[in-house]
Amino acid sequence: MSENIISLKNISVSFDDEVILDKLNLDIKDGAFVTLLGPSGCGKTTTLRIIGGFQEPDSGDVFFGSERINDLPAHKRKLNTVFQRYALFPHLNVYENVAFGMRVQKKSEAEIKAKVAEMLKLVSLDGFEKRRTSTLSGGQQQRVAIARALANDPRVLLLDEPLGALDLKLRKEMQVELKRIQSRLGITFIYVTHDQEEALSMSDTIVVMNHGVIQQIGSPTDIYNEPENGFVADFIGESNIVDGIMHADCDVEFCGTRFECVDTGFGKDEEVDVVVRPEDVIVVPKEESGLRGTVTSVTFKGVHYEMYVNVPGEEEEWIIQSTVAQEEGKEIGMTVIPENIHIMKKYTGDYASDIEFE
Amino acid sequence: MKILSKIYTAIIFVFLYAPIVVLIVFSFNESKSRSVWKGFSLKWYENLFNDEMIISALLTSLEVAVLAAVFSTIIGTAAAVGLKSMNKRLRSAMLTLNNIPMVNPDIVTGISMMLLFVAIFSATGLMHPGFVTLVTAHITFCIPYVILSVLPKLNQMNPSIYEAAQDLGCPPLRAFMKVVLPEIMPGIITGMMMAFTLSLDDFVISYFTSGSTAQTLPMVIYSMTKRRLSPKVNALSAIMFLIVLVLLIAVNIRQIRAAAIKRKKTAVE
Amino acid sequence: MKKDSWLASPFMVWVLIFTVVPLGMVCWYAFTDASGAFTFENILKIGTYWDYLKDSLIMGAVATALCLLLGYPLAYIMSRASWGAQQTMMMLLMLPQWMNFLLRTYSWMTLLENNGLINNILGRIGLGPFHMINTKGAIILGMVYNFLPYMILPIYSVMEKIHDSLFEAARDLGANRFNTMRRVVFPLSLPGVITGITMVFVPSVSTFVISQMLGGGRNMLIGDVIERLFVGAAPNYNVGAALSLVLMVLILISMAVMKKFDDGEETGGLMM
Repeated sequence: MSENIISLKNISVSFDDEVILDKLNLDIKDGAFVTLLGPSGCGKTTTLRIIGGFQEPDSGDVFFGSERINDLPAHKRKLNTVFQRYALFPHLNVYENVAFGMRVQKKSEAEIKAKVAEMLKLVSLDGFEKRRTSTLSGGQQQRVAIARALANDPRVLLLDEPLGALDLKLRKEMQVELKRIQSRLGITFIYVTHDQEEALSMSDTIVVMNHGVIQQIGSPTDIYNEPENGFVADFIGESNIVDGIMHADCDVEFCGTRFECVDTGFGKDEEVDVVVRPEDVIVVPKEESGLRGTVTSVTFKGVHYEMYVNVPGEEEEWIIQSTVAQEEGKEIGMTVIPENIHIMKKYTGDYASDIEFE
Repeated sequence: MKILSKIYTAIIFVFLYAPIVVLIVFSFNESKSRSVWKGFSLKWYENLFNDEMIISALLTSLEVAVLAAVFSTIIGTAAAVGLKSMNKRLRSAMLTLNNIPMVNPDIVTGISMMLLFVAIFSATGLMHPGFVTLVTAHITFCIPYVILSVLPKLNQMNPSIYEAAQDLGCPPLRAFMKVVLPEIMPGIITGMMMAFTLSLDDFVISYFTSGSTAQTLPMVIYSMTKRRLSPKVNALSAIMFLIVLVLLIAVNIRQIRAAAIKRKKTAVE
Repeated sequence: MKKDSWLASPFMVWVLIFTVVPLGMVCWYAFTDASGAFTFENILKIGTYWDYLKDSLIMGAVATALCLLLGYPLAYIMSRASWGAQQTMMMLLMLPQWMNFLLRTYSWMTLLENNGLINNILGRIGLGPFHMINTKGAIILGMVYNFLPYMILPIYSVMEKIHDSLFEAARDLGANRFNTMRRVVFPLSLPGVITGITMVFVPSVSTFVISQMLGGGRNMLIGDVIERLFVGAAPNYNVGAALSLVLMVLILISMAVMKKFDDGEETGGLMM
């Protein structure tokens, strides 16, 4: 077991009698990708700002390793933040934005140059040094913000809904990218989001929060498969979770059908959990897909129709959402584009050991 | 740090207000002294209201300001609408010309118009330097502020509404009156109030363009401060300050001054 | 709405007659003598008035520098205050501006007089009297007092737009207060500073009211010279126009230099 790098002990915060955080305790292990997940107003951003040093808790202690850092000002903490709207300095170009922290520390020009180059390469922005930040796309600005924060060699990177302003496709790309950067650098990421899918696909550990209280801490599969209470179950949302087998990278089989996916790095023929969100299921004529079922109910939900489909051989009915209604009793085919197939490692541990997480 | 900035802010505001407070306090002084308190009296106010020159200058100022505000608003609003539909190059050329009176020092604007009025009068005998030239000059330096108040409103406006009104059977002029005018009205009103207050306040340009026959209030104040100082000026200041204060509370014109500086700022940039 | 452009024609005629033609006349007068013949005499007269011009430029520069020194911290404080406090300070800043410029200047006459309130108070604690009125210091004070808001407002309006997150980002990257000011706030506020400098410098350099009221006619500025040449006892429009032209050109040059400076800062990949 690795050491805790950040520990919050009995942290409480309130604004005008409104409790934002209530006696919060949280230990974050060194090198982990931890996501604070919850609806807006749940206290996740406040928690992050307390760790970053931008907000003082009313009571409680913040530890960095074994050192209490409550009184350490933000600029002296060995951690850096990727801000919600990036907060790039508009008067500086890409190079100078990334160099900012090192200039403040009066590092040598050669050292700065080497580090900036390294960082821009890490976020695939080499060649953008002279560009003004305002000429960059949202995704590129995001990368600059990450490079700038990492250039200070932090032990912990704090990310405050960093992908919130990006469109869906870019968001997916960045998720993969962030995960890659984190595993490459081996530092701790503390990531704040309200998007459960984002949390599920990136994190080692998810901390689900609501009303300033931690609802559940666990791995994505734990959170998904074993919600500890109604809030978590509801917040994580409905999904189709089925057994699958990874035949090779980007090749998964579930419900007796092989699909192309985007996930790699699993062992050959490894058993996995496949998660498909109801809205990602595409209805096709039954001849066109091996994944077939019979529509058992159709409900109009405003933006879309929600339908239950009985797939032969599956315990649970599939739930799908579509803007086009199907007839009840009709047999349909279903398919999913590779990006929308989420593969998770099969849960193997025993339930008892999970409880110590609390 | 918090305390330091509070102290600093307080010092600056004391610097800004102390002279005005002293001015007003001594308007109630029994003696003519503006530094030694000799007891309370309203006699300088009485003197002020009996001073015909001041009263008539005040009336002149108001007349000039009303005329300047009305004409500059009409010309400026029409100009803004016209500029909006001009091609880019001509528009930016016109806007540059429009900026000249805002960027130029007042003294240069004043003497340049004085040269023109003198020349017109000696050549044609028309426009004898006086009330007419005064109003003309004021209209000239007010127009830019009106244009720069109305243009942003026009830019904000969805141009389709004008077309929609015509599409629904409104002839162009009525379409303009019914849908465009209400949209840009806030800008027009701001521009007009700005013109009115700038006109009332102006001294330098009036000084050069009024000849000897028309005197505005600031001109009288100037000549009073050049001769022996009288606490009448203090009384006048107090009254004007009070009127402004009442107006600021009664009508929402608080932003006008700041807005006028902002217009000038955009011209400078 | 293309056909509406005729609506601008009264304005165009007006600008032509009352802005363009007068400026043309200034040029014409500047380059002709009393008989209307072309001459450089008037412009060369600048030598005679050089001291006044120099004084004006120096005093205008000093007043501008003082406004910047006094105004910058206040603009910063205002921009970081709560919304309500910002509104209140803004109103307090603008309120004196509603009072006529002449009356504001007059108030300093009564304070600075030899037997004015300041000397009166100082006298009671055994100091003075100091000679303050009719000095260059008094004129500079008058400039600072009258034009300070012109410096604060543009700086404030730029600073107000600096998002809090930029301060946090700077701190996050290890910058202390001083570094944050130097590397983030100051460069970002530069456009406002430049606008403010222009807005204080132009009226300061060209004033004749402040110098006459607080300088007592003994410390003449270029504005006083121009004023006398137009409305004084012995008017000479030609020389007056020439001096006005020189003043105008000087101001245009300094504005252009400032602008260049501003643009350079903005586009250059500046290395501090």
